[in-house]
Amino acid sequence: MDATDRAIINALQGGFPLCERPYAAAAADLGLAESDLIARLERLLADKVLTRFGPLFNADAMGGGFLLAAMKIPPADFERVTELVNAHPEVAHNYAREHAFNMWFVLGAEKPERIEQTIAAIEAETGYPVHRMPKLDEFFIDARFAA
Amino acid sequence: MELDATDLALLAALRDGLPLVPEPYRVLGESVGLGEAETLARLKALQDAQVVKRFGVVVRHHELGYEANAMAVWDVPDAAIDRLGENLAKDKAVTLCYRRRRALPDWPYNLFCMIHGKSADWVKGELARLAEQHGLAAYPGAVLFSTKRYKQRGAWVGRGATEAA
Repeated sequence: MDATDRAIINALQGGFPLCERPYAAAAADLGLAESDLIARLERLLADKVLTRFGPLFNADAMGGGFLLAAMKIPPADFERVTELVNAHPEVAHNYAREHAFNMWFVLGAEKPERIEQTIAAIEAETGYPVHRMPKLDEFFIDARFAA
Repeated sequence: MELDATDLALLAALRDGLPLVPEPYRVLGESVGLGEAETLARLKALQDAQVVKRFGVVVRHHELGYEANAMAVWDVPDAAIDRLGENLAKDKAVTLCYRRRRALPDWPYNLFCMIHGKSADWVKGELARLAEQHGLAAYPGAVLFSTKRYKQRGAWVGRGATEAA
């Protein structure tokens, strides 16, 4: 990544224009040619610096079901339970964290009832309870990461 | 906002991102049978309604060197949570902020925020500042650093939606 890549990442974390030639408009603000901006975005995606270029969705507004869940797993059993949990396609973003609640993951499914079915399956397979941490409100942030 | 079938088709077509071509909205619209003007109007409505929070780059924290992430939680009175959450969300160190249902009796915390940083020390310092500055030090809380990321893959609607769950 060079200074121009960093400038692109810092400038385009929000506010990409909704107009007929948005790359040209954004490139002009950065002092770049439209084709240069597009080529750099392609490379940043190929290099996996960027996950995606485009929309950041709001999960709640998409329909379907999403739930943050946590489990308390004895350390000696952690790897076994991780494999069982991660085998479910509904599970995303599984993080180990330093706490008695040491496993945190997000469940997502197009049909909301699938979330409860997955929790029941995980509890039966692992022998540990799944604690539900449903979102009641989101305090919105324009997330920015300086490159 | 009530999403119709065309909105859902547009969102599905956007799942992997915006086409990297000079007229991306025209190309996107064509893929679902919409003209460019209507595509732009619908995307503006989706953004105004916060179905799409924003358009732009979606970065991988790790690849930018943001290797430390902590989830900070507090048990705050329900009457105070809106004010505290809104103040936290305005703080430049906070990347996500939610009110969640308590999982009683084991988990009394209802205010959650995420902080990403390039080092654990920086994150700890910011957490201490946050707690002090926003009056959170008075409430029971916990900080959960992540020690390992096992899976970072979007379920269902793709990499987009689960980020915000």
